[in-house]
Amino acid sequence: MFSGIGNFLSSGTNWAFFVFALLAIGGAIFMISFTKVIHMVVAVAMTFISLAGLYVILNAEFVAFVQVLIYAGAISILMIFGIMMTKHRPGEEAEPKRPWHTGLAIVGALGLFGLLFYAIQQSTFTATGTLDASKDNTLEIGKLLYNEHVIPFEIMSVLLTVAFIGAIVIAKREEE
Amino acid sequence: MGTVITPYLTLAAILFCIGLYGALTKKNGVIVLLSIELMLNAVNLNLIAFAKLGDHPALTGQIFSLFNITVAAAEAAVGIAILITLYRNKGTTDVNDMDSMKR
Repeated sequence: MFSGIGNFLSSGTNWAFFVFALLAIGGAIFMISFTKVIHMVVAVAMTFISLAGLYVILNAEFVAFVQVLIYAGAISILMIFGIMMTKHRPGEEAEPKRPWHTGLAIVGALGLFGLLFYAIQQSTFTATGTLDASKDNTLEIGKLLYNEHVIPFEIMSVLLTVAFIGAIVIAKREEE
Repeated sequence: MGTVITPYLTLAAILFCIGLYGALTKKNGVIVLLSIELMLNAVNLNLIAFAKLGDHPALTGQIFSLFNITVAAAEAAVGIAILITLYRNKGTTDVNDMDSMKR
């Protein structure tokens, strides 16, 4: 049993995974347990950044930097803007006393986790090949995006434009 | 950890369940949106782990996670816009009070 732990601690990748996983779960737990909204956003930004670290371990450098740009940068700032634009009285963030609701949510989340954990432990994955990590990750993603997946890519850009125009129209102050 | 996928899947399951709990119990609309982002991130972690360590390693998983990030960004922008409009019309961000877009 302890030889397994020694084996585990001897690899630098394992250490990196351990630290990033701990930071990710810690950020998520803090997001749930903090009482001030700004603190929650900062905690979940920590989760986003440690997930970017995990992506680097998984040889997905481009997605890691996109994650830092979009999630840790744009979405966190957008959420902070959303908080600043709305008023939060002190004490408003305090959770209401709804023991049945909270208890049922805990049971549901834990039950789902148990189910997922059982399924993950039961399944085995035998890789038929390996991802070639020596190639330039960004270059390969660019080639695939503009050859094989060009139609989904363009549709996605249209979707993003439509969504942002819609967001501006919705949030625009109505002139009476 | 460089060869086994199980720890990544377990971590993603933990993050997904925390996000689910937050989305179900939090009463501030901004935090509910953040919890949904957390769940989407867990899915992205699964996709990228399968892209390297799954049965058929390929870059397609990373590309799909990029599409996923795009949709998440659009969802966050529209969600915040709706939240700001609701706050302007009703003066609250409590999701329990959100049952109408009229003022």
